[in-house]
Amino acid sequence: MATQAPAASTDSSPTPDAIVVRFAGDSGDGMQLTGGQFTLSTALAGNDLATFPDFPAEIRAPQGTLFGVSAFQINFGSRAINTAGDAPDVLVAMNPAALKVNLPALKPGGLVIVDTGEFTKRNLDKAKYDASPLDDDTLAPFDVLAFDISARTLEAVEPFGLGKKDGLRCKNMWTLGLALWMFDRPREPLHDWLNRKFAKAPDIAAANIAALDAGHAYGETAELSAPLKQVHLPPAPSEPGLYRTITGAEAVSLGLVAGAQLAELPMFFGGYPITPASAILHHLARLKEYGVTTFQAEDEIAAVCAAIGASYAGQLGVTSSSGPGIALKTEALGLGIMTELPLVVVNSQRGGPSTGLPTKTEQSDLYQAVYGRNGDAPMPVIAARSPGDAFEVAIEACRLAVKYMTPVMLLTDGYIANAAEPWKVPDPSSFEPFPAKFLTEPRGEVLEPYKRNENGSRPWIKPGTPHMMHRIGGIEKDATTGNISYDPANHQLMTDTRRDKIANIPVPDQEVAFGETTGKLAVVGWGSTYGPIKQAVRRSIDKGCSVSHIHIRHIWPLPKNLGELLSGFDRVLVPEMNTGQLKTVLRDQLLVDAESLTKTSGQPFQIAELEEAICAYFDGVKGNEGGEVQANEQQLPSPVESE
Amino acid sequence: MNAPVKIETTLKDWETDQEVRWCPGCGDYAILKAVQRTLPQLGSDPANTVFISGIGCSSRFPYYIESYGFHTIHGRAPAVATGVKLANPDLDVWLVTGDGDGLSIGGNHMMHVLRRNVNMQIMLFNNEIYGLTKGQYSPTSREGTRTPTSPIGSVDHPANPCAFALGSGARFVGRGIDVSKNLPDVLNAAHAHQGAAFVEIFQNCIVYNKDVFDAFAAPKGAEGQQLWLADGEPMLFDKGEKGLAFDAENLHFTVVDVVDGDWQAAGVRVHNVKNRVMAHLLAELPFGEFPMPLGVLYDDPAPTYESAVIAEREASVSGKEANLAKLLSGGQTWTVDGTAADPV
Repeated sequence: MATQAPAASTDSSPTPDAIVVRFAGDSGDGMQLTGGQFTLSTALAGNDLATFPDFPAEIRAPQGTLFGVSAFQINFGSRAINTAGDAPDVLVAMNPAALKVNLPALKPGGLVIVDTGEFTKRNLDKAKYDASPLDDDTLAPFDVLAFDISARTLEAVEPFGLGKKDGLRCKNMWTLGLALWMFDRPREPLHDWLNRKFAKAPDIAAANIAALDAGHAYGETAELSAPLKQVHLPPAPSEPGLYRTITGAEAVSLGLVAGAQLAELPMFFGGYPITPASAILHHLARLKEYGVTTFQAEDEIAAVCAAIGASYAGQLGVTSSSGPGIALKTEALGLGIMTELPLVVVNSQRGGPSTGLPTKTEQSDLYQAVYGRNGDAPMPVIAARSPGDAFEVAIEACRLAVKYMTPVMLLTDGYIANAAEPWKVPDPSSFEPFPAKFLTEPRGEVLEPYKRNENGSRPWIKPGTPHMMHRIGGIEKDATTGNISYDPANHQLMTDTRRDKIANIPVPDQEVAFGETTGKLAVVGWGSTYGPIKQAVRRSIDKGCSVSHIHIRHIWPLPKNLGELLSGFDRVLVPEMNTGQLKTVLRDQLLVDAESLTKTSGQPFQIAELEEAICAYFDGVKGNEGGEVQANEQQLPSPVESE
Repeated sequence: MNAPVKIETTLKDWETDQEVRWCPGCGDYAILKAVQRTLPQLGSDPANTVFISGIGCSSRFPYYIESYGFHTIHGRAPAVATGVKLANPDLDVWLVTGDGDGLSIGGNHMMHVLRRNVNMQIMLFNNEIYGLTKGQYSPTSREGTRTPTSPIGSVDHPANPCAFALGSGARFVGRGIDVSKNLPDVLNAAHAHQGAAFVEIFQNCIVYNKDVFDAFAAPKGAEGQQLWLADGEPMLFDKGEKGLAFDAENLHFTVVDVVDGDWQAAGVRVHNVKNRVMAHLLAELPFGEFPMPLGVLYDDPAPTYESAVIAEREASVSGKEANLAKLLSGGQTWTVDGTAADPV
């Protein structure tokens, strides 16, 4: 039974507790849609899951090319899932290019499903195959299910009178139907979804449903012919409650809405389209009834400046972008810091300098967030570790901005923004409100717009308030009156004050995410590396290694106890999807001998490579080879975990 | 948006306790006084008035007006002001910028605030030079301007602020001169206009570009070169002895002599502030051959950006409730009950 993980394809092998499936095809093949719908059916089946959409920057790259391949990977199981999985157990390859690009990732013994209808000479040439991999020993290490999906799809949609071109567009639904059968999922939610999606074109809906049903029926009838077998994964244990799937972009948007409500403020969101941050602007544009104004500005600079203007006028200003856009906003962030106005800045990080890898993930904007402004211009920096976590982190960003009258940088990344996971729907009333306060009466004879409260924050005075007229701006200002001041002692005082205000923000004590509070090795991460680090540490502990996982949310300022916590470990390893940026900050701030494990391939860390690195610290303990990773994982107990 | 309440103030009420730090003799002083004279005429409420500026000599302006003020960063004042107006459309916003701030580093934002038609008054102080950075040529400097960065003369072709504004879709374009007694009238008209009202003010930088506008703006003797436009009035200048006629066949103006005040006989055209084509021609009228057109070149209101944003919000919000709990549990959900801790 080849759909099983691990590789063993004998009927006697036990049902696995997690399976990784990757759908891969041409960027026009609808793989992201297929993956998204398969994710929903997986969530409804009660499996825990994590996904990894991986698509090219080109919207419609030339058909059949290697660089036009779009893939969607999902890891789902009857136990807690933290990552999108290392190596797929099942690869669905819709054309030769998809096979060529994705085959190296497939677990030995894994199942590969290919559409022979696409394995034409022309497509093989485009994929740079000299001979068809179906005819030589390329696929020997795998179980192979090769048949003409294209033809079967056309057969299924034939009654609906679609032409060949439109008919073939139903291939992804045919494939989805087969996948639904393979994992014992009901088809009804998909029927409903297709009927809704194509409400205005009932023929198209019917054709897609027919394709879906045909794929499903194929599974049923072909079951006897190995290697296709049906697998049923029971629901994963999870805390009782109401669940939904959520992507990081959705979670950030909802967290911002919740944060603005907790601050009792209307929200102004200034944005400019950029991958992968645009999704946040898309979500919020539909939420006007929540007091959200979205403004698609002429550029990144105008987006942040309009948000600053809105904050000045008494709303919660928010702006969002990715690294290149944040670079453009940087001067304005200095203005926000200088004028001490609340502002939430979301950076959905992507790969590389300049345009880099727009659709790939990286964590390489940490220096930019912490150190990247002119003048001494500190601002709090916090990071989300998973799609669901982004909700809480967005609320925290709003709270810090309003309470400390400061811009706040919220770091997510392309992986978190696009990936989906099940999310226990929180009760909004469980969050402590932090209502914004406006100063409406002078506190003495002289209006002192820069006189601070116990948090070091200056008052928020909205224009329109009678008798409170004053001027603010980017020029250094007198420590109390706010008037222009070039006085040397005053600038020293104001620089120190701005530094201390941020440095003294109380940050929750750092806890250990997994493992003991002391030991030989601390693996310190931030952001979206949470899942793979946690799994790698868990496996290493099971092998007897004295290792703990520490995951930092508050990067600036760092938790006060972090230095002491790290001093309880002999070594500190910092895995990051950059060239060692948090490592530098930890060394800088804590004088700790942090060591780097870096990766900048645009792909998330695999559990196995982290485990390998951890094991290198322990004599006589070996890391896993790629193919055995899943096997080892399955021997572990499945603790109930809450994300 | 609420109708503004008119407040009685005097010029003194609009002065701050801050020492004004422009160079002695700078044209900015005259503009500051003209604005402080205009605000009481408008019945403006200092508490409801916001002056927003970018960077440059002109952008120090907000510190000297006793209202709310925001001195932002180079070129970005239109964007900040747009955020302010969207957050609180009731605020009366004045934007203060210069030729460098508003047309060079901030040219993009200027274009967009104008084409969106955000309701505010935009005063662009044009001195054809970078003053605060010590005298480099600006996007409005004439060709051949000698400066530290163009020691043998600039070769850049200058931008025409009013033509830029019209090209960007501005619905109000006016022109004034720092020392002109008519400047408050132009500002009054700009304020009366609902929408983005663009006013170019020729301002004398006495240190780096002294008297560059003397040919039409010198206190004495150059008045003959000023064409003050008024809606419904003939385009007369030089004490009414000259006027502009329009050559409809060749689509350009010509200067004609007016004898005994009979401007009709001379074919002088009547100014219509709603004629966009004429406004373009007036904005581009080459000085020298023609007088300098001043006053209100164009004034034809259109719905403001913030009113459209509000209308769209009201339409899309109507009938919807803001239920956060419901929003969070949106999409397809499933319930894990208390007994599901073990795999079934």
